[in-house]
Amino acid sequence: MREVGPRVKSTDMSDTRTSRRVTGVGTVLTFVYAVMALGATGRSFVQIAERFSDAPIPYLLSAASAVVYILATVALLLSKSRTWYRIAWIAVAFELVGVLVVGTLSVLAPDIFHADATVWSYYGSGYYWIPLVLPIVGLYYLYSQRKKVAA
Amino acid sequence: MILWFTIAQIALAVLVGLVCIGLGLAGRRPGDVSVGAMALLQLVLIVQVIVAIVAPFVGNSPTGSGLEFWTYLVTAAVLPIAGIIWAFIDRGRWSVVVMGVLALAVAVMTYREWIIWTVQGA
Repeated sequence: MREVGPRVKSTDMSDTRTSRRVTGVGTVLTFVYAVMALGATGRSFVQIAERFSDAPIPYLLSAASAVVYILATVALLLSKSRTWYRIAWIAVAFELVGVLVVGTLSVLAPDIFHADATVWSYYGSGYYWIPLVLPIVGLYYLYSQRKKVAA
Repeated sequence: MILWFTIAQIALAVLVGLVCIGLGLAGRRPGDVSVGAMALLQLVLIVQVIVAIVAPFVGNSPTGSGLEFWTYLVTAAVLPIAGIIWAFIDRGRWSVVVMGVLALAVAVMTYREWIIWTVQGA
């Protein structure tokens, strides 16, 4: 009994210690999202500051993708809360749609999207395909966490 | 930018990245090796910031967009310290993997900085 006591206690601690924040392998996913958020924000900032008039609509889309990456990062970080878990689903799904739609458009109608327009152009090939793979991994992760989400 | 220093920086970032990911996957918590390696990478990035400030005054100017270059450099320069801070918040093995991923991101960004500085039309 003396051995069981502390062990039960330490399990309880690890459960309550991080009740809202993401834990385990999810932190790695969250940080990859954070890096993509920084990359997309940086690219968008340079586009808008330096040459916004060249292609206003693609560059606005680029800014939108950056905002969604930031939102997805925050939502994943807090994804143990139910509300943020839902927001994470929406943000990650939006990115999957974005990379597929913009990727396809950039191949079929390259005139609309400059090569540098968004992180989603050419299915994210300029970012080592991470923008294509990340939402799929993200959706899988969120699906695998569905029973661990706090009420 | 200086070629040999850029190569050294990318090599260090890749090495730190692989070591940290390896240590993390092996189940090691943040320790002297992983946090120390990230601190070293942070130091090298600060030197790179100084190099990038001084270089144009000695005739080594970027051929591409200075704004884009600095966006990459500033972003890269906050990644190691972010990883170290995270390792103090969450002392689990996955924080070590996180630090490794951030170090690899530094490698990619440093490569992009070099392209912006030297090669145009790429």
